[in-house]
Amino acid sequence: MKKLKKNYPLHVMLLPGVVFTLIYAYGPMAGLVMAFQEFEPLSGFFKSDFIGLDNFKYVFQLPDFNQVLWNTVLIAVCKMVLFLLVPLILALLLNEVTKSWFSRFVQSAIFLPFFLSWTVLGGIVIELFSLNGPVNALVSSFGLEPIMFMLDNSWFRTIIIGSDVWKGMGYNMIIMLAAITGINATLYEAAEVDGAGKWKQMIHITLPGIAPIVIVLSVLGLGGVLNAGFEQILIMYNPTVYEGSDIIDTFVYRLGIFSQQFGPAAAVGLFKSVISLALVSATYYAAYKYNNYRIF
Amino acid sequence: MRSRVSLSRKLFNVSNALFLTGVTLLGIVPFLHLLSISLSSNTAAMAGEVKLWPVGFSWDAYIYLGEKVEFFRSLRVSLERVVLGTIVNMLLVFLTAYPLAKSNEQFGSRTVYVWFFAVTMFFGGGLIPTYIVVVKTGLIDSIWALILPGALSVWNVILMLNFFRSIPKELEEAATIDGAGHWTILWKVFLPVSLPSIATIGLFTIVGHWNAWFDGILYLNSPDKYPLQTYLSTLIMSMNSMMTSVSVEQLKVLENLSEKTLRTAQIFMGALPIMLVYPFLQKYFVRGMTVGSVKE
Repeated sequence: MKKLKKNYPLHVMLLPGVVFTLIYAYGPMAGLVMAFQEFEPLSGFFKSDFIGLDNFKYVFQLPDFNQVLWNTVLIAVCKMVLFLLVPLILALLLNEVTKSWFSRFVQSAIFLPFFLSWTVLGGIVIELFSLNGPVNALVSSFGLEPIMFMLDNSWFRTIIIGSDVWKGMGYNMIIMLAAITGINATLYEAAEVDGAGKWKQMIHITLPGIAPIVIVLSVLGLGGVLNAGFEQILIMYNPTVYEGSDIIDTFVYRLGIFSQQFGPAAAVGLFKSVISLALVSATYYAAYKYNNYRIF
Repeated sequence: MRSRVSLSRKLFNVSNALFLTGVTLLGIVPFLHLLSISLSSNTAAMAGEVKLWPVGFSWDAYIYLGEKVEFFRSLRVSLERVVLGTIVNMLLVFLTAYPLAKSNEQFGSRTVYVWFFAVTMFFGGGLIPTYIVVVKTGLIDSIWALILPGALSVWNVILMLNFFRSIPKELEEAATIDGAGHWTILWKVFLPVSLPSIATIGLFTIVGHWNAWFDGILYLNSPDKYPLQTYLSTLIMSMNSMMTSVSVEQLKVLENLSEKTLRTAQIFMGALPIMLVYPFLQKYFVRGMTVGSVKE
């Protein structure tokens, strides 16, 4: 009882955080019942009629749905692979740079887009690839016809993937570079004495040295296999390229907010949340088992 | 033998430096291009003559910008959002992290609270149910819709509580012996020593609020309440929707109709504050990552 009184202020401190989390995090979770309802905004969660799995049946038979699912996984997997490979290569190359001012300068330039919003970056990318933009000027200089990059499904998908890698590669690069710097320098000295060249040192010391962090990064990335980059695609796409770039999140947005089909849209959202939860739990468990990685 | 090795090493160093310079240019050139367009004459910009340097140098876009009501209105909303949002976020992070940084022996209910917050990191209601909850709590079309739903960032709480744990126990014990309660310890002992990590988390909160644009699209009905990034996103998306299903000639006309230099100037202004604080962002970010990786 005495302990309760002493800890009473701690509960008070937690109260605001608990209230906001209850309303805006647990509220929507409870609101997922709408996926099983003929949801009417005026009736709300409590008075709308339950219709079982009809929303799911309706959504899964929509002709676009398979394409949307395929786009999501394809774009997300490409991004995941490149988010490991590109930063790894950059980190290895940067590690060979001896002038530290040059290394710092390159890192700064690569990391900058990470902190800018997709409105700014999307605006830039659209301008770069517009019909009379610089990329098409380059294409024309080779004597080729200008390409409508933003209206062509496969070009557009490539641009989506490439520009996200451009924005985000600095993050993993910095983490990997830090891991490389943390490798014990005496290992390299010993290898040099044994006559191992730079290439052999990279294969036998650097790569094994950063393998744990690369594995943790890739395992954690797996949890986001259904997150293909909502804000990026929403700001850059247009109806002509829906076929190649419409993903689950943009699909839910249009279905729910524009077409006001709240029930079916929530059903797709629930479908995504459940798969993501399963993947995230499995991958966090794997990361914990493999490398004792913990977030709390 | 010796000289051959060093020759191949030299070759590698040169090509490595060239390659990394290329990557660096990829990070910088798009922003230079954006700035050059905004400082060019509108005719040169529309004809696609501008590459890396302004053509027909002119301040016109920025002079027009000075009279652009929408720009300054949304800039004011953005500032309001950044100030209000950062105060709310930081207060909640501070209050929530303090009790959770206690040991289980000291604060018996800690585990329950930790799970309560941790669950929200792995599972959420998704876009549509969250939207309905924001509607039902009466926040639609108010600036609070941009602040309250994300009022508590669990990631930032983790960063903060890891920092709290690194504070020497003696400080707290000494204060307790002097008769200080939890509130006094929080404000008089913890607050002054945690200013560096408050600055770190605060900076990222500010950038997050400045960059956010989609919640404005989702929750605000009147464009005169849009923050800057949301206003910019409408400029870009309206351009995109014009591009749909048109011929090359029509597309050229459409690209020319838009006030390219003015739009570009506005996008550049949206990025400018981030670029100005970028050196701090980069420095704090690396530090934040190391704080976050401290394990229990």
